[in-house]
Amino acid sequence: MRTINIEDITRNIKEMCIEANHVLTKDMNQVLAQARNTEKSSLGRQILCQLESNLKIASEERIPICQDTGMAVIFMEIGQEVHIEGGLLTDAVNEGVRQGYGEGYLRKSVVSDPVIRENTKDNTPAVIHYDIVAGDQVKITVAPKGFGSENMSRVFMLKPADGIEGIKNAVLTAVKDAGPNACPPMVVGVGIGGTFEKCAILAKKALTRPVDEGSEIPYVREMEEELLNRINKSGIGPGGLGGSTTALAVNINTYPTHIAGLPVAVNICCHVNRHCVRIL
Amino acid sequence: MERRIVVPYDEKVAEELQSGDYVYITGTIYTARDAAHKRMYEALEQGRELPFDIRNNVIYYMGPSPAREGRPIGSAGPTTASRMDKYTPTLLDLGLKGMIGKGKRTEDVKEAIIRNKAVYFAAVGGAGALLSKSILSSEVIAYEDLGTEAIRRLQVKDFPVIVVIDSRGNNLYETAIEAYKEI
Repeated sequence: MRTINIEDITRNIKEMCIEANHVLTKDMNQVLAQARNTEKSSLGRQILCQLESNLKIASEERIPICQDTGMAVIFMEIGQEVHIEGGLLTDAVNEGVRQGYGEGYLRKSVVSDPVIRENTKDNTPAVIHYDIVAGDQVKITVAPKGFGSENMSRVFMLKPADGIEGIKNAVLTAVKDAGPNACPPMVVGVGIGGTFEKCAILAKKALTRPVDEGSEIPYVREMEEELLNRINKSGIGPGGLGGSTTALAVNINTYPTHIAGLPVAVNICCHVNRHCVRIL
Repeated sequence: MERRIVVPYDEKVAEELQSGDYVYITGTIYTARDAAHKRMYEALEQGRELPFDIRNNVIYYMGPSPAREGRPIGSAGPTTASRMDKYTPTLLDLGLKGMIGKGKRTEDVKEAIIRNKAVYFAAVGGAGALLSKSILSSEVIAYEDLGTEAIRRLQVKDFPVIVVIDSRGNNLYETAIEAYKEI
């Protein structure tokens, strides 16, 4: 049994909220730079250059990449050999978010009630997904999610008979409907299988996988490549102003499902696909 | 075509701008997003004045991140315009001449743009750090309790935008996509 104090959790989450909002992962930087060389539209190339300058200014001058610094989505993969001490884990996570959004000059975008809509002024609570895994470590993924693209995300409860073509059409429909609203070029996270809520979490988690790393399942990897190719023929382009770079990647995760169902979730993320991973 | 304009501007300037033009804006603009639009709309319904004169002015759909010490503003990119569509035709009929945002607009908004000879511009979504460099000053002028959603008066210099819907109703989101569509 290994012991981790909640203060370590809070401190790491604070730093990760700040880090994720100022610097993208290396794979995201690389895929954006590649897009600039292949984009067919001159306005599209100009927009992609602006996005690269934006990333440079954000990291060098410590200005958040996007003013929508997101709702903090946090995946906690906790080894079952770990004992957490010093208080309630969920409180520690939210305290990290509170400190990170305050000290990091990040925007507070969370309202306490979806109808009454009063700002909580510290960006809490976070959306936390706990998973108990083997081992004596805690893997934390902080993925602040902006709502321009979140609002364009969809869940489709398909029939088994809809098959792989039905899945592809669902993804293409969601991307086409999102269009310029989702700040393309997008990263498309897809969850297939499980139940209504499971497929949505699979899709969210798919966004945190490196964009240059395809699925390990051969048919899924093929589908990722085919969908990326077809999405980039839609014409939507950077900023939705026309071009050949509509998505930077399609990441798909799958899970067993029921004999009667084929749930598909499409979680769309803009080019500011933020996540920061640490293992304690 | 690349153009430079000064805000506020009248309908003569608006009529010169064409869908697809790359425009650098200099002058005074106002920020308002969801909650501020709701309040302005309610004020009008109750027969009260708007907190600023919107005639010939431009609204930027934006809620910034907090400014670090010594800086005018934090990250400051556009938010999705369609959430303001419900309120926009009324503001255009009162003389609003331009909007900066991102994403699609309804037919009602497009018709109001044509009727009032106004312009819908897009700024590049997700480029808030870069766009903040074109903002010289920022001052909250109304609804301070709304935090990031308060109405701010911004002084901008060469703020880069693209004309999406021009005063004749041409829509770059529709025309440009057709030009690059392969399926």
